[in-house]
Amino acid sequence: MSSIPVIAQTAGKGAARSAARRRKIKLGGPDRRPGWVTYAILSVVLLISIYPLYYVIQLASSTNLAIVRNPIPALLPEGNLFTNFGRVFDSNIPLMKGFVNSVVVAVVQSFTVVIFSTLAGYSFAKLRFRGRGPLLVFVIATMAIPTQLGVVPLFIVMSEIGWSGKLIAVIVPGMVTAFGVFWMTQYLEGALPYELIEAARVDGASMIRTFWHVAMPAARPAAAMLALFTFIGSWTAFFWPFIILGSKNPTLPMVMQLLNSTYFTDFSLVMAGVLLSTLPLIAVFAFAGRQLVAGIMAGAVKG
Amino acid sequence: MAVLSPPKPSSDEGRIPRRVAFSQKRGKWDVKLSPYLYISPFFILFAITGLFPLLYTGYVSLFEWGLLKGKGDFVGLDNFTEVLNQPHFWKALRNTFSIFLLSAVPQVVMAITLAAILSANLRAKTFWRMGVLLPYVVAPVAVGLIFGKLFADESGLINAILTNIGIDPVRWHVDVLPSHFAIATMVNFRWTGYNTLIFLAAMQAIPRELYEAAIIDGAGRLRQFFSITIPQLRPTLIFIIITSTIGGLQIFDEPRMFNTTGDGGSSRQWMTLTMYLFDLGWGPQKSFGRASAVALLLFVIIVVIGMINFLVTTKIATSGPAKAKKPKSRNSTNRRTR
Repeated sequence: MSSIPVIAQTAGKGAARSAARRRKIKLGGPDRRPGWVTYAILSVVLLISIYPLYYVIQLASSTNLAIVRNPIPALLPEGNLFTNFGRVFDSNIPLMKGFVNSVVVAVVQSFTVVIFSTLAGYSFAKLRFRGRGPLLVFVIATMAIPTQLGVVPLFIVMSEIGWSGKLIAVIVPGMVTAFGVFWMTQYLEGALPYELIEAARVDGASMIRTFWHVAMPAARPAAAMLALFTFIGSWTAFFWPFIILGSKNPTLPMVMQLLNSTYFTDFSLVMAGVLLSTLPLIAVFAFAGRQLVAGIMAGAVKG
Repeated sequence: MAVLSPPKPSSDEGRIPRRVAFSQKRGKWDVKLSPYLYISPFFILFAITGLFPLLYTGYVSLFEWGLLKGKGDFVGLDNFTEVLNQPHFWKALRNTFSIFLLSAVPQVVMAITLAAILSANLRAKTFWRMGVLLPYVVAPVAVGLIFGKLFADESGLINAILTNIGIDPVRWHVDVLPSHFAIATMVNFRWTGYNTLIFLAAMQAIPRELYEAAIIDGAGRLRQFFSITIPQLRPTLIFIIITSTIGGLQIFDEPRMFNTTGDGGSSRQWMTLTMYLFDLGWGPQKSFGRASAVALLLFVIIVVIGMINFLVTTKIATSGPAKAKKPKSRNSTNRRTR
């Protein structure tokens, strides 16, 4: 940077900065600010990732006649959005029930996954016991097993114990996941000092008390992210709920499927249903999108 | 055991010996059993809802077993021979692989390219990162409905645009390859951003000195990308290929929603193996035996491909220059249901 003062003297501060930038561009160093081409490409990418959602709004605020007549929808949303929402609520498909079911499944699973995964993660990361290493390897290995392929016996068992068509049949298989256990193990290994556990133990706290008052608070940031990912996973799941629940007691993805198979000639109605089902997660994304990005990136570099 | 040795008996042991002895004993068991107790929910649940159903699938596949009729006669491998003699099975196998390749390959290429762009010193970094991740929160069923409409043969937006610029409209819901392309587009829409962020994180972990050395040696941006970035990303690359293989070969939601009936097209031109499994078990046939046979065959296919992936991975890990740590975590719950 020794040459910069000279330039600054001749042409002022701004010139110095831009000269420095120019110098870096020539070098191609990693710190240089990218040019407008980069932003143009990114804007196109952004458009592609947003437009399908905007398309939903366009169709959901239109009328079926307009959709059939003109495949290219009007640029700005039309005025029928709330009419179409109303028609979804008035339809034969139990949208509200689907909403309540989705909320129940997603909330319960997020909660249990966090509790059970943190317990197991704490145990794997901080406690010593025989078989710890192999058991952890086993947990990780199960992530590669396509358990979805066991649907037939799972269905038979659930029917046998009378859970077929009930929400509990969807909730139970997802109450703890290998990913969650692995995720919390990874996090607690680094985030929880042994000294804290030791201190609690010396003070006479039982194992579970130590977990609850020492490990749980330390695990909070990772637990929040795990809850977020579990919530999204539950909210968007279709295959198993579709098989076990039946059309009388649907979750929201099933509501969308039912709307589509019942009112397939009326696309403004179907898309209004899609919009209503998707909005809650869009809201989650608006509030916690930053955490989602951080979570995926943290998961990728750790390990 | 340094950390979790039971609390030492206190000095006033003599005064209330029995109580201390009891609590000491309890403390010992607490320390010994708690770790197993804490990890047990996962293992119990996995045994009941994961492992047992998979093993039991093998049992069911050997019987005449109906959704309504329940268990029937033992038929040996008849379900397998029957399924393997069905043209629908081979069609489903072809469709599954075709859709998988059309989604996995472009997705990885796009994700790496995007990650390279995002790794620049951008203004409003988080904004752009969130932008690429947005599709991830849209349910596959919703994605299927949206793109099913975008790719509609008669009144779809994409065909309308094609017509406007003078290209013949494509019969997305009739022809084989176009339907696979449309379904692969749905998968790419939802997962490219997610994979981009994983690649981006891996790229940021590459030591900067490598680039600095390359710059001094006179390597251009493109040369840096292919000679440093790509080799350093290899472990991440293989990881993403493995996870998307496991998820991609089980694809169900998107092709199920591509038309209203969910039958995979008039000549089953986009019916996947999981859709075929569902159709056998819960469709008109109601044959759990045959559905289990398909599940098992698909399982074997996934295992074989996984093994190939694994062999390639270890080969690269032992001979390749890439030393970067292999990321393991992935939101498997989402992957599983994609």
